Amino acid sequence: MQELAQQVVSGLATGSIFASMALALVLIYRSMNVINFAQGEMAMLSTFVAWELNQRGLPIWAAFALTIVIAFVGAVALERIVIRPVEGAAPLTIVIVTLGLFTAFNGIAGWIWGYVLKTFPSPFPTTPVRVGDVAFSLQDIGIIVVSLGTLLAIYLLFQKTKLGLALRASALYPEQSRLAGIRVSWMLALGWGLASVVGAISGFMVAPVVFLEPNMMQGIIVYAFAAAVLGGIESPVGAVVGGLSLGVVLALLGAYVDFIGTDLRLPVAFAIIVIVLMVRPAGLFGRQKAVRV
Amino acid sequence: MSIRRFTIIALTAILALAAGAVLTVPAASQAVTGVTATEIVIGGTHPYSGPASAYSSIGKGAQAYFAYVNDKGGVAGRKITYKDLDDAYNPPQSLQLVKQLVEQDKVFAIFNSLGTPVNTVLRPYLNEKQVPQLFVATGATTWGRDASKFPWTIGWQPDYEAESLIYAKNVLAHEPSAKIAVLYQNDDYGQDYLKGLQNGLGAKASMIVKTASYETTDPDVKAQVASLKASGADTFFIFATPKFATQALVAAAQLSWKTKVYLNSVSNSQVVMKAATTQGGPAATTGVVSVIYLKDPTDPRYANDSGLALYKQIMAKYVPGGDVNDQFYLYGMGAAFTFVDALQKAGKDLTREKVMQAAIHLHETDNPFVIPGVIVQTSPDDRFPIRQEQLAQYDGTRWGLIGSLMTARR
Repeated sequence: MQELAQQVVSGLATGSIFASMALALVLIYRSMNVINFAQGEMAMLSTFVAWELNQRGLPIWAAFALTIVIAFVGAVALERIVIRPVEGAAPLTIVIVTLGLFTAFNGIAGWIWGYVLKTFPSPFPTTPVRVGDVAFSLQDIGIIVVSLGTLLAIYLLFQKTKLGLALRASALYPEQSRLAGIRVSWMLALGWGLASVVGAISGFMVAPVVFLEPNMMQGIIVYAFAAAVLGGIESPVGAVVGGLSLGVVLALLGAYVDFIGTDLRLPVAFAIIVIVLMVRPAGLFGRQKAVRV
Repeated sequence: MSIRRFTIIALTAILALAAGAVLTVPAASQAVTGVTATEIVIGGTHPYSGPASAYSSIGKGAQAYFAYVNDKGGVAGRKITYKDLDDAYNPPQSLQLVKQLVEQDKVFAIFNSLGTPVNTVLRPYLNEKQVPQLFVATGATTWGRDASKFPWTIGWQPDYEAESLIYAKNVLAHEPSAKIAVLYQNDDYGQDYLKGLQNGLGAKASMIVKTASYETTDPDVKAQVASLKASGADTFFIFATPKFATQALVAAAQLSWKTKVYLNSVSNSQVVMKAATTQGGPAATTGVVSVIYLKDPTDPRYANDSGLALYKQIMAKYVPGGDVNDQFYLYGMGAAFTFVDALQKAGKDLTREKVMQAAIHLHETDNPFVIPGVIVQTSPDDRFPIRQEQLAQYDGTRWGLIGSLMTARR
């Protein structure tokens, strides 16, 4: 029983990492209807910027704040310069461009900062906490809380503000939005900026756990994709629920199903996702599309 | 005659002349592939990009040592040109690059290619072509063990199984009632370590109460460490690469697992130990046991060591901006030292056969980069250049030596 609880807690801690990255993917998808493969590398780059600022003497929270501004401005500029020319092109074109950005960012980070593992200061205490026989760290709780907080902020932005309405409208009905006076193209750039900010926050949370190096997001982004799709690629709530459940399922499969062990837990977890999608093609929280015939 | 036709004829003539010029060069020297009176061209691959790129410092370290040797006049008047290419730790890509090095660039030998999967793919090709595959940067046991099938291949660093045998000896001697849990990477590298530990414990292999593996695609190893702790073990073996080893050390501390920890040498650099201490507190690393065979650039014990002075001097001159504390540079220089040693032994009339013979008749007591007492040594029956290692325990800031040098096998 104690081990079960421990595994669930470990799974939630890992799952919250998937969740925070999945949120960023969902944001881009909601504004452009494409997946941004460079999302993880953008988050990694932002994390390096925060690390560099911190190394140069800025307190960690100030470094975070400044990095978030840089991440936002950088991503908006990136959208204007690199994505804008292919905005109207086929989704595949944009996907390939983001793949290009993926390799470029990875190479740039390696060139500037090298590949040696770096410790990233944790914004939360890493001291162990025990509840009964279950041990975890405040850091684990911190990641979960921040993911939920980000989710809440996104929800408020999209549902309760005019800007959120404009963002949603330009993703769903670009033509009509343009007629209604919304500057659709700028909304896309804004979407990139927001996603980049969420990615940067995710990077700050993840880096103390997986350690900072140019490839730190590559192990995570695959799971984040899976979590986002499982939750319904358009739903921020789905991304968080998808991420957390993926984390717990992976931990439990590895610990309790002997023949699966750690070798097969990834294929099995993905098989579960495929089955979920067969039953609910739009994902757990996605909108089921009804087509009139 | 049209202009176009004239152009074609002219171009053909130029091409023919150029081809003739190219053909005459090797005919004139008539020597060993990749060797001229003034140059030795060798090749290799390291991951300069991709997931394993932390190891690229090894290639850069070797390159720097060759530059240093060249500036001092080279080997028997020949400068070493090391064409070290980026394979991104991808075996098929590495094979393609090595074929290009052998067939187009006509290299004399392949030196220090990195990675077990990479070298496993290169080995049949290089042996078929009879090109020396020297001092590969991997500790798999097969390089030394399977020489009868692949005589043109040799490793350098201590092999993983041997390292585990040393740990097993130590456990049997000092902790005979230990209950052991093992975390290992689920591939040849991790399994070599595990096998070595099981073999070393022999009849007492049941001391291992639980094993858990991870895949390199896993984001972290928290769940594995939690289930290993739940087994009730009091001794924790970590057979993992730096990133996962760091996570495992931190996870054990955060789970308040009071356990003795053994950490494989692949991950005992100060970079890892410092990261784990910062993240998991002193409890994460204090008392951890590992083995060492290379000098640690950060160790005050070697403050006046001439080998490390040389290392730092080479770093300053040839790798400006490189992190001196990154031990992978030193590893690269150590392997390059042995290569230069083998070249010198092979003599002025260099051939591939002679350098291979030299590589299996090493007796190097003066490699400045390995810890004092370690002899880099081979014979035709023993193709494991480094076999001696020193048990060491981490005190929270640095490694303290335990006992004397140990030799694992034979």
